[in-house]
Amino acid sequence: MSVAIVRQGDYLIASVQSDLSDSEVLRLRDDLVDRVGRLRLRGIIVDVGALDVIDSFVARSLRSIAVTARMRGALTVVVGIQPDVAIAMVQFRLNLEPLQTALDLDEALAVLDRAGHWEGEDGG
Amino acid sequence: MADEVHVPITSDADMVPARAQARALAVSLGFSTTDATLIATAISEIVRNILVHVGRGELVIRPVLEETRFGLVVVARDDGPGIRDIEAALEHGHASRGGLGLGLPGARRLMDEFHIASEPHNGTTVTMTKWRIRDELERLREQRRERG
Repeated sequence: MSVAIVRQGDYLIASVQSDLSDSEVLRLRDDLVDRVGRLRLRGIIVDVGALDVIDSFVARSLRSIAVTARMRGALTVVVGIQPDVAIAMVQFRLNLEPLQTALDLDEALAVLDRAGHWEGEDGG
Repeated sequence: MADEVHVPITSDADMVPARAQARALAVSLGFSTTDATLIATAISEIVRNILVHVGRGELVIRPVLEETRFGLVVVARDDGPGIRDIEAALEHGHASRGGLGLGLPGARRLMDEFHIASEPHNGTTVTMTKWRIRDELERLREQRRERG
């Protein structure tokens, strides 16, 4: 599959390398949700910078990754949405709520670190 | 100038080349990358519609060259059962077969023209077009090139 997945501490970073078919999108979703439990992850970053199209199916799958991962204790941040893709999503009236988005990897890591920090305080 | 492109639709693996070929044709007609993205997204939705409801069909992407504007026409055909209520299918949120009802109305918003022809038991044809206005300067340059 054309998605590179690396683990960094409690986080998993999935970088989509090329345009994906629907079944590849579903496989990615199932794979990420599975790893959240297996690896006890706290955060998932999905880099969609290589996607030329985010249509209703991809948007729904990303939302579903986020909602399912949340139930298993991990936060999902989507990064790298191309400007043209963002324009198309607005015109299409697609939204990614309640998904977190960030401009790039650094920002996404900061979002996850902040979220972990707050949760740590709540717990303590 | 670019030719007509035919893409048989038989599995979801066909979506990736369908989107890529539409994008390439759009760019060769001088569409912006933003417009090429809108077209590719609309195609993605109507191809998925065919795959989910019928399973197979055909996509034709055709350039239209006019004096004052260039167009990209997308025709998606299938031999399925047809759409009983086209008005309802085009309503935002009219869900069928596990979808969210966003596909067709979304595709319509991304294109300039959008038409569905369907008869019970006689398939469905979606025709949609995106236009690009050619300004005076572009036409003058072309005339100059033709004169040599």
